[in-house]
Amino acid sequence: MPDVQSTVLEFVNKLRKRKIEGSQATAKCTVELLRSVISQQRVPHSNQASALIDAVKAVGEQLVAANPVELAVGNVVRRVLHIIREEDLSLATAAMAGLDLLDASDDDGEDDNCKGVGYSAMSAAVAAAAARSTLRPPSLQTLLEGTPESAAVPYTSSSGADSESKTADKSSITRKLKHDVIEGVNHLILEISGCHEQIAEQAIEHIHQNEVILTLGSSRTVLEFLCAAKEKKRAFRVFVAEGAPRYQGHLLAKELVARGLQTTVITDSAVFAMISRVNMVIIGAHAVMANGGVIGPVGVNMAALAAKKHAVPFVVLAGSHKLCPLYPHNPEVLLNELRSPSELLDFGEFSDCLDFGAGSGSPLLQVVNPTFDYVPPSLVSLFITDTGGHNPSYMYRLIADYYSADDLVM
Amino acid sequence: MDPRRGPLAVPKVRRVGFFTSIEPSPETPRPNRSLSGPAEAITSSSPLSDSPSGQFISPVQIPPSRHHSDNLASRAAPVPVPGPSAFRRQLANDRALHVGSYNPVDSLLGTSPPSSNGEVSEDSGSLFGFQRSDSAKLSASFPNGGFDMTLRVRAPQESEAKVAIASTSDGRKKNVEASGEGESVAAKPLKEKETKSLKEKTSKAERRAIQEAQRAAKAAAKGEGSKRAGESSRPKPSKPAKQPQPKKEAPQATSSVSEKRAVSVEKERRMDVPQTQMQYDDKSRVDKAKRRSVVEQTESKNKVELFLHLPQYERGNQLPNLSSNIFSLDTIHHAVYKVGLQHLAGDIAGDNARCIAMLHAFQEAINDYTTPPMKDLTMDLTAKINGYVSFLIECRPLSMSMGNAIRFLKNQIRKLPVDLSEPEAKASLCSEIGRFIDEKILLADKVIVQHAVTKIRDGEVLLTYGFSCVVEMILLYAHEIGRKFRVVIVDSRPNLEGQKLLRRLVTRGLDCTYTHINAVSYIMGEVTRVFLGASSIFSNGTLYSKVGTACVAMVANAFSVPVIVCCEAYKFHERVLLDSICSNELGDPDAIANVPLRNNKKHSKTMDNNKNLQFLNLMYDSTPAEYISMIVTDYGMIPPTSIPVIVREYRREDLLL
Repeated sequence: MPDVQSTVLEFVNKLRKRKIEGSQATAKCTVELLRSVISQQRVPHSNQASALIDAVKAVGEQLVAANPVELAVGNVVRRVLHIIREEDLSLATAAMAGLDLLDASDDDGEDDNCKGVGYSAMSAAVAAAAARSTLRPPSLQTLLEGTPESAAVPYTSSSGADSESKTADKSSITRKLKHDVIEGVNHLILEISGCHEQIAEQAIEHIHQNEVILTLGSSRTVLEFLCAAKEKKRAFRVFVAEGAPRYQGHLLAKELVARGLQTTVITDSAVFAMISRVNMVIIGAHAVMANGGVIGPVGVNMAALAAKKHAVPFVVLAGSHKLCPLYPHNPEVLLNELRSPSELLDFGEFSDCLDFGAGSGSPLLQVVNPTFDYVPPSLVSLFITDTGGHNPSYMYRLIADYYSADDLVM
Repeated sequence: MDPRRGPLAVPKVRRVGFFTSIEPSPETPRPNRSLSGPAEAITSSSPLSDSPSGQFISPVQIPPSRHHSDNLASRAAPVPVPGPSAFRRQLANDRALHVGSYNPVDSLLGTSPPSSNGEVSEDSGSLFGFQRSDSAKLSASFPNGGFDMTLRVRAPQESEAKVAIASTSDGRKKNVEASGEGESVAAKPLKEKETKSLKEKTSKAERRAIQEAQRAAKAAAKGEGSKRAGESSRPKPSKPAKQPQPKKEAPQATSSVSEKRAVSVEKERRMDVPQTQMQYDDKSRVDKAKRRSVVEQTESKNKVELFLHLPQYERGNQLPNLSSNIFSLDTIHHAVYKVGLQHLAGDIAGDNARCIAMLHAFQEAINDYTTPPMKDLTMDLTAKINGYVSFLIECRPLSMSMGNAIRFLKNQIRKLPVDLSEPEAKASLCSEIGRFIDEKILLADKVIVQHAVTKIRDGEVLLTYGFSCVVEMILLYAHEIGRKFRVVIVDSRPNLEGQKLLRRLVTRGLDCTYTHINAVSYIMGEVTRVFLGASSIFSNGTLYSKVGTACVAMVANAFSVPVIVCCEAYKFHERVLLDSICSNELGDPDAIANVPLRNNKKHSKTMDNNKNLQFLNLMYDSTPAEYISMIVTDYGMIPPTSIPVIVREYRREDLLL
């Protein structure tokens, strides 16, 4: 445990000091950290799932507290919790089915192989049905099926299953659960690192010949998306807003040019002027909220408003790890981060004209340098995630696929 | 004073509006005058009466502002959007009283309302102008005191003038003069008044006829001069094709065609339509322009395709060359040359500053000017000015306001009476330029400040974008009179003009917040009002201003924050504009390429020669009228829909007469 604790602390520090930036990087780091947490977590014989959940939650809370604005951390923690719950449930249902099987054919009760077959045969269908009915928040389907179980069922069912099952099964189930969870987490890691390709595959459906595309901020997803279209021999032009004061647009432009795209860097102030000649605005999101709102690089709201004004489609690219199950309240302020004023003004520059001794003593000069911007869902035309394109109004449903209702508040 | 005061107080609702062509109803009751003259006389004299409102059927009605009505009691020159003629008339009576009484630091609701003050002095200026021009014609013997009589005398006189016009012919001018000689000063403002009156009172067709007649008269008068000019080796100053930016050349075109009357009529008709800007993707014209150019510019290698119609040149390589040339000037006056270089180097920024610098340079150039033998001053000077203007354009494309100022100057030159001696003409031109600067820019700013400051209340958070000197004056003045407010300064790359404003405001003790344009939607939530400067406002209400203004206005609109644009009326332009692409100016792309990145400074440098990477430094953008809540101008506070009204009703008499 101690080494896990130290890596957690190290990661927390990194988050606090903003050493890790970009939601993909943080998401990846978080998943890997959680994987090691899970693998090193000792599970008791009874109730292992809740033990794992508790451990992950404890670490997750630390991570989220370290940088609440980095929503990807919370998303990934929730995803891992969800994986644990799902695996636990599928094991439980499979165990029940296995017991039934055992009851039916008494003679080969001790045969592990047979039970394994039973698992594999049954688990897919049963677990899926069970998961659908138990883990999700109430949906039309569950209502129609009339399943009375609540979301709190997994605990009881798993413990019930545990108590019922034989001791011989217990150890195997324990090993199985942890193993399955780690499998699931590995799958998540693959998904996070592979989301670019998944999203980029759809580029060809959205970008046609001679298009003019505006983007801002530096997003690897956008880069891959545009390059994928370029590789398919589509010739188009890209306008990149430079994104002062961090100038990430310049970085993006550099990479785009390196890959042979026709790129024009414009100032952020020229976004409105240029938007009338732009066919599509494509941006990468920092996070996508449950209401379909987007948190993106600063200046994105301006571009979205301008796009709306000129009826230009505003497309947001977001991997599934960016889907945040929270509903934003005043996100411009609460989910924002103010960076150093020195990016805008040199510290010494105005020292001569500031009189700190006068009056109330409060300095007359404030410098505001936010990092993020919130785009309300009404301004977004389309989300492109690794599972396809979605409307802003559909995001809450998509999010329900990835997270369990218990974990929304951590 | 009494005959003046009564009528002035009458119209409770000021109207600024279009005239209808059916309109000039001669029976319109005059509040002050029971003139029993012929209907025509009344019509023609109507501008002299104080109420422009009585006559117009107007789409815009501007109720008198509060402080205006306050002032009605104490002072009779009240109107926020005053009929100029009213002031002129009033001025005729008590010019001595009020000219120069303008004091910008007067308290807000003090006895001298800003608008009226501005107007008064402005009109006094123009009066001097009339006096000048007419004194030449009318033997210059009438003292100012004569003005007092004007009021009585003018009506019949103008009727006479009107009759003269009615029987229009080439000799119109003579008629006018004849009628002028009869009474003392009365005929003095004739030329001006007449056209104005016609413009205001007559139908379009009528007006056209009269204008043509005027041209014809002028043509006749100038016949000799132009013939003389024809002999000279100097090419005709104004073949439209040769103008690098013919848009500005309208008046000049008319002056040059004065030999052929038929042509002049034709041209004049064309002149009314705003001419197109030079398109830089038109190869032949660019080549022509290049052949004459003083500034040698290399076209930039990596052009932005969307902006091929705008000049895209390499920057920064001409300046050393040009500044070494300063001692071997032949065609360009050194003052103009200096201003041109300053524009090129960006030493003078801001539309007002650029315009004033240019006008001062022209003043100097006119002072040093001597008409070559066998040449006509009007023609030659216009040609000279054209040369200067095209040089300035080469240095940096003119702003709309500069175009307007140049148009004004050319009109002044064109208006010069033929029999004026050269020193007199030069002096009058210089004084006219000085008057333009004083009234249209400096005084207008003060009036705007007085208006706008009424919109600042305690506890407000005002947002401004970039650097606008009018907005700066407003903020400082509001601070001076003790308003408590906070200022948010939004800035943008690459010029970072906001820092200049920030420094000035902070030094004066204002509470400031500084941010960049991307963060505007972050900060807009706490803002209560947005004050913006303008480079120009087009007649469809589109605001043409520093790039980024549209973004700020749009975000303010989205947050339901009122957007107040402060703009002097001389910047209004009769062109229309829909987007920011068709008409714009491109700045130095390197300014964008050079980024103060700490870690990788030279990334853009290595990319310089990559064909695929371009940097676009747009200088202006256009804000649609729907984002603008109000425009504060020297004529008062108006909605953007009133711009064409102002342009039409007030511009012509200032610039085109």
